[in-house]
Amino acid sequence: MPEGILCNKQPIVTDEQLKLTLGDKSGKQYYAEMEQLDVDTDKLWSTIQNTMKSRLKTWLNICAKCGLCADSCFLYECNDRVPEQVPSYKIHATLGEIVKRKGKVDNAFMRKCMDIAWSWCTCCNRCGQFCPHGIDMGVMFSYLRGLLFSQGFVPWELKIGSGMHRVYKAQMDVTTEDWVDTCEWMADENSEEWPGLEIPIDKEDADIMYTINAREAKHYPEDIAEAAILFHVAGENWTMPSEGWEQTSLTLFAGDWEGCKQQVLHVYDAIERLRPKRVVGTECGHAHRATVIEGPYWAGREDGQPPRPYIHYVEWLAEMLRTGRIKIDPAKRIKEPVTLQDSCNYVRNQGLKNITREIMSYIVEPGYFVEMAPNKEYNYCCGGGGGFNGIGKYRPQRNIALLKKREQILATGCKLVVAPCHNCWDAIRDLEEEYPMGLRWSFLKPLVIKMMIVPDHLKPQDEEGEE
Amino acid sequence: MYNFLTGPMVWITFLVVVVGLTYHVVTYIRGLDWRLDRVGYRPNMQYGLKGAARSIFFWLLPWGSHGWRAKPLFTLLFFSFHIGLLFTPIFLEAHNIMLKDSWGIRLPGISTGLADFLSWVVVIGGIFLILRRIAYPEVRILTSAYDYLLIVIAVSPFLTGLIARYNVGNYDFWLLIHIFTGHVWLLSLVFTRLNHVVLFFLTRAQLGMDYGIKRGGMKGTQMTW
Ligand code: SF4
Ligand code: SF4
Ligand code: SF4
Repeated sequence: MPEGILCNKQPIVTDEQLKLTLGDKSGKQYYAEMEQLDVDTDKLWSTIQNTMKSRLKTWLNICAKCGLCADSCFLYECNDRVPEQVPSYKIHATLGEIVKRKGKVDNAFMRKCMDIAWSWCTCCNRCGQFCPHGIDMGVMFSYLRGLLFSQGFVPWELKIGSGMHRVYKAQMDVTTEDWVDTCEWMADENSEEWPGLEIPIDKEDADIMYTINAREAKHYPEDIAEAAILFHVAGENWTMPSEGWEQTSLTLFAGDWEGCKQQVLHVYDAIERLRPKRVVGTECGHAHRATVIEGPYWAGREDGQPPRPYIHYVEWLAEMLRTGRIKIDPAKRIKEPVTLQDSCNYVRNQGLKNITREIMSYIVEPGYFVEMAPNKEYNYCCGGGGGFNGIGKYRPQRNIALLKKREQILATGCKLVVAPCHNCWDAIRDLEEEYPMGLRWSFLKPLVIKMMIVPDHLKPQDEEGEE
Repeated sequence: MYNFLTGPMVWITFLVVVVGLTYHVVTYIRGLDWRLDRVGYRPNMQYGLKGAARSIFFWLLPWGSHGWRAKPLFTLLFFSFHIGLLFTPIFLEAHNIMLKDSWGIRLPGISTGLADFLSWVVVIGGIFLILRRIAYPEVRILTSAYDYLLIVIAVSPFLTGLIARYNVGNYDFWLLIHIFTGHVWLLSLVFTRLNHVVLFFLTRAQLGMDYGIKRGGMKGTQMTW
């Protein structure tokens, strides 16, 4: 069978197809069809010729096979250091082979590549820092994922994820209506405790436009409320767009480059439409990477910058704490050992390593902040990056991948982990579920809300009367 | 044979090396693509160049980068091997005399003792590199015959040079083999992965630019990747 009904070379672009694929419980039929899927070897080879330029080509050719990248990969470490997990080996056994055979590979080989590309590498880019030649396997695996996606060899969940973006402009089926309703609901729900709290939609020329991860709209609306409360307390003139509010990109994990471009353009259009002074994104590492770090290139912006200054949540929060627009009550600071998860996606990939530590200095009683080792740009992936968290087929491998983070956290002796990244947060939650060790984990927003000093004029009136 | 190898062949080899390596550099740079690489090289050249220089500098410094520090012993082996490999042929007195005879230029020479020492470093370093490939599973799995061949090509002019110099066996024979392997060595810089003699600088610069431009450089964080 050249193309299956669910598993084929076409991305999902209609609601109907999306529902059909979703209806296939854990992708049973999908993966069965995949075993029959033909490889379009000519197209594969021509794609490589058109897109594999000197950087990737040279990286493949120049690799000294020295193995210095081995220990850098957490997946090598937590899989008993089997040599097959050495980053250089992984890429040469997959992408390297495809190139060597000029695209003439078969179905079984492509499926093997899929397993490796999505369950042996989270595209965390750590290995690139240890290679003398500066070869970054994370980049090469992203490229390989693109090739696999274009041939239909992509895990079921990510095929759906990419389809969600193409159909709903979000990683989940949240329509514009749902979205606006959710915002109104959250504003209402919290208005008693926070008089005057608003979630302004589509306000033009605001100081800040805020964008989020669709999961917040769908499953964790309190995260939106928390953001609103903090903007409210800081006295921000802010807004959220009715369209183009979704900042994440499962298309990035899926290797759906066309979808990546479409998704990021929704956000950029919103920026152009509402003309905010700057944009703040939520505490999601991959969302930041997608919209701020890689996004400009997908959108074809030559300077590599989004249309307006676009900052990560930690940058905004640090600024508020630094300038005193949000004040922390010293009595409420964290007074237990606490550690910090450095997200690869904005720490290793954009250098935001000091700013999170600045935040910790305001919210943690001196002496209680414990660094993981290694940390900052050398931190290990949480084990759930690159889509790993969400792929049912690779759950056993993912659970092994969590072990490195477990080891790191255990070594700090902390029970509390601050994880300002949705993926990392999920991974640490799953870590506690898989290997209970009494961990607690938190985003920054709820922590800060609990600790901040609320100015009297923002408190509910009657409560004030009672005081 | 001797006259050919030390006469016209020298010209041919040097020409091939210069043209070949230039070709590698030019095609590399021309093949960069800001969109596919997702690095805005041109508009952010300042940041890029700074990142590139930083990256090359710290990786050329023994233990200068985090990566080198993570493997201190290998770093020692690696640097001594490469220093021997590059310095000895350039500054060897005998080579300089030939250079002076044919082209009239002369570089500062090094003492025979030092030259011997450096050549031994290369030979022993090569042996260790081979042993390392055999001993460690994570390197063994990456290794093919080609990798051994490259080490043999890299080391053989040094080994044969030492044999000739110590007058083991027939001097003329070993000298000829030394010259021959020297040519192979030089030509390999163009036609094998030894092209990393120039490509190293380019791939390092490339990742350095990436870091200098979008992965932290423009946020004011210097990362010594
Ligand atoms: S460290 Fe770099 S050169 Fe060495 S094997 Fe790994 S990718 Fe290849
Ligand atoms: S990018 Fe990360 S997960 Fe992938 S090979 Fe490198 S270190 Fe391992
Ligand atoms: S999930 Fe977190 S730790 Fe893992 S790759 Fe993403 S940012 Fe890094």
